Amino acid sequence: MGRRAGAPEVNAGSMADIAFLLLIFFLVTTTIETDAGLDRMLPPIEPPETDVIIKQKNIFQVSINKNGQLLADEELTDLKDLREKAMAFLDNNGDGSCNYCKGKRNSESSDNPEKAIISLKNDRETKYSTYITVQNELVGAYNDLRNRESMRLYNRKFVELEADYLNPETDSDTKEELKEKVQKIQKLFPQKLSEAETSSSN
Amino acid sequence: MSKFKFKKSKNTPEVSTASLPDIVFMLLFFFMTVTVMKDDTLKVTNELPNASEIKKLEKKDRIITVYIGKPEERFQAMLGTESKIQIDDKFVSIENFGSVMLEKISEKPKHIRPFVTVSLKVDKTASMGLISDVKEKLRNINVLKINYTTYEGDSFQNLLK
Repeated sequence: MGRRAGAPEVNAGSMADIAFLLLIFFLVTTTIETDAGLDRMLPPIEPPETDVIIKQKNIFQVSINKNGQLLADEELTDLKDLREKAMAFLDNNGDGSCNYCKGKRNSESSDNPEKAIISLKNDRETKYSTYITVQNELVGAYNDLRNRESMRLYNRKFVELEADYLNPETDSDTKEELKEKVQKIQKLFPQKLSEAETSSSN
Repeated sequence: MSKFKFKKSKNTPEVSTASLPDIVFMLLFFFMTVTVMKDDTLKVTNELPNASEIKKLEKKDRIITVYIGKPEERFQAMLGTESKIQIDDKFVSIENFGSVMLEKISEKPKHIRPFVTVSLKVDKTASMGLISDVKEKLRNINVLKINYTTYEGDSFQNLLK
């Protein structure tokens, strides 16, 4: 009779305890990582070999003081209006050489997106959170313009194209194709965001 | 009387716990897949700001993480409340920052050294002074790719207290 009943059942009552133990171990030793952020390139320390003369009107100067107030193009600006102002500056097309721009062609503002430079200056006592918000808005201005061109040319947003291009899971054929598109759009609105050395506190 | 009691206990059905291990295992697998092992013990406060125009950091092997923030309470008696830099598990002074970074880079395999990205995990409340110094040091040792690591979200929330 005992033989016919087969092997005795293993008591699985403690399975839950074991699983809980493992669960708690993983809860304690791991974190949900944040691995995204604003990519920036720092300017190299050696000065460029040839001095480039940049016209004042091609520079969009953004300064943040220690209280978090913004001076954009010599005007006190609210942070919420910064993106629009930066976009107007980049898209201005003063000399008419940019055929995809939709700017106002103001002769006092930038010549074309190739020449337009945004310069960001901050105080030593500026809060990091304010600085990131400003950075975010300026990168956002570039992204909005690039998205516009990308929608026009490829019917897809630039940020999506770029994310796909950078994704390691994308296969190499698609990557080649995306690379071309991404580089083309980047050329239409090159990101020229300079971070000047910090001014001393006053 | 005793007979009555016996009957009652037999009639109350027990809640089956047979599926409990399954539920717990499910949770376990969820946590195993979405989390990664902690590699650094934070010694500074590190609440990152929000940003919306973010890019994902791919290729983990070429990232060096630098934490900046106020020392946590248990270190404040010794180090004060000024923002400090933490690399790995150690506090690093701004003077030594360059050499520590170079050391970290030399630990990486040769072929990825030119592509090293510095992920700056800076607390919201830090001021730009120290960060400017860090950027200056990074320029000095020619590490130019940086990433201001942030949470995804509306960047205007940073301005609220």
